[in-house]
Amino acid sequence: MNTSALPAALAEIVDDFQALTEPDRLQLLLDFSRELPELPDRLKDHPELMEQVVECQSPLFLTIETEQPDGGPESVRLFFKAPPEAPTTRGFAGVLHEGLDGLTPAEILAVPDDMPELLGLTRAITPLRMRGMTAMLGRIKRKVAALPLHS
Amino acid sequence: MPYPVEQNAKFAAYAHPERLVSTEWLAAAIEAGDLDGGKLVVLESDEDVLLYETGHIPGAVKIDWHTELNDETTRDFVDGGAFAAMAAAKGISRDSTVVIYGDKSNWWAAYALWVFTLFGHEDVRLLDGGRDKWIAEGRATTTDKTAPAPAEYPVVKRNDAPIRAFKEDVLAHFGRPLIDVRSAEEYTGQRTHMPAYPEEGALRGGHIPTAASVPWARAAAEDGTYRSRPELEALYLGEAGLKEGDDVVAYCRIGERSSHTWFALKYLLGFDTVRNYDGSWTEWGNAVRAPIARGIERGTVPSAP
Repeated sequence: MNTSALPAALAEIVDDFQALTEPDRLQLLLDFSRELPELPDRLKDHPELMEQVVECQSPLFLTIETEQPDGGPESVRLFFKAPPEAPTTRGFAGVLHEGLDGLTPAEILAVPDDMPELLGLTRAITPLRMRGMTAMLGRIKRKVAALPLHS
Repeated sequence: MPYPVEQNAKFAAYAHPERLVSTEWLAAAIEAGDLDGGKLVVLESDEDVLLYETGHIPGAVKIDWHTELNDETTRDFVDGGAFAAMAAAKGISRDSTVVIYGDKSNWWAAYALWVFTLFGHEDVRLLDGGRDKWIAEGRATTTDKTAPAPAEYPVVKRNDAPIRAFKEDVLAHFGRPLIDVRSAEEYTGQRTHMPAYPEEGALRGGHIPTAASVPWARAAAEDGTYRSRPELEALYLGEAGLKEGDDVVAYCRIGERSSHTWFALKYLLGFDTVRNYDGSWTEWGNAVRAPIARGIERGTVPSAP
C-alpha cells in the first residue's frame, strides 16, 4: 500500500515517518505525544462525553463532534485524552489528530484500517502495542459511520 | 556482592535485603558519581516504550522488555548471545551491580530482573517504589539520553529450571501451591484479560485448579514500594496458606505481574523454590485439555486425563 490513498495531512505524516530510521521514528512519535492538544473546557468537565478505547494499554478516551460552517462541507473534529505517563498512546492520538481532524466524514471513512502499519513502527513498538492505534482508528471510524446523515 | 548493600530497618526484615535499594540510596549513589565506570548500572524498564524518553533518572539506561528481552520470532526469551550483546551495549559487565526501576509499581522492572536472573546475573536489585516514587519525591529527572560506554559481557547459557516453570512443570506441580496474581475477574473467569487492557486471545477464562488468588498489587503499598515483611507474611502465609519451605509457582497473563510476586516470595519472604510460569494464562487458557477451575473456589487437584 502507498500513501496516495490517504488524506493529504495523513499522507504527509506517513511520509515523514517512513523517511526516518527506526529510533528517529520513535522520537517523532514522542513529538506527536507532546503536541496532542488539551481538551476544551466543555469536555474536560464532562468525562461522560468521552468513550474509552479499551484496546489501548493505557487509558485513552476520545470523542468526535461535527461542524458545518455556512454552506461548507461538514467536518469532523476529534478530541482525545490520555495521561502524560502514556506517551505511546498519546503519540498515536497525536498522529490521528493531526492527520484526520477537520476532514469530512467520507474522507475519514476512506482511510484504510491498516493505515497504522504504514508508520513503520511495528518492529520498534511491537505488534501488540500497535493494536492500540488500530483500535483507536477503528473507533473513530465507527463513530463517524454512526453520525446522523445530513441532506 | 561487589557493591555495598543498603542498610535500613524495613529491608533488614526481608530474607534478602540485598535485592532492594531505596530512592534515597540511589540518589546518594548518583550524587557520589557511582554510575561512572560501569560498576553500578541503572536500568529503566517500562510498559510504555516511550516513557523513558519523557524523562528518566539521570544516568539511567532504557531497556525494553518486548524488543530486547523477548525473542522476536519464538515465544521465548533471548538467548545467551543476544543477552550478552544487549548487556554489553548498556555498559553492563558480569560483575556490575544492576539496579532496575520502572512504571506501574515495578511490574516490568521485576520482569527484567527475573530475566537477568535466568542468565545468572548475580547482583541485580530493584529500586523500591520504582519510577513513580522517584518522581513523586521530586527527585531529578532528565531527558538527556544516556550514552553508556560499551562493556564486555560473556555469553552465558540461560538456566531456566530453577525459577521458570513451563506448562508441563505446572501439570506436574499439582498438589503443591500455585499463586494466581491476576485480577479477581480474571481468576473467576469473568474475563480473560486485565480490565482496560487489550484482549490478548485466551480462549477460556478461569484459573489453574487449586491456585490461590492473590492479585499482585496487594504486595505493593500506595507509594509502589513493597509491603513490610509482616504484611507480606499475613498475605502469603496467612491468607494464601503458604508454608515455610513450600515449592511455589506463580502465574498471571504473560508472566510480568507474576514476576513482581515472584520477587516478593523469593527475596522478601525467602522461599527457596519459587518459579514464574511465564506462559501463564495466554498459554493455559488456550491449551487443549488443560484443566480449568471457574469461580471463586480454588478447585481440586485434577485427576489424570
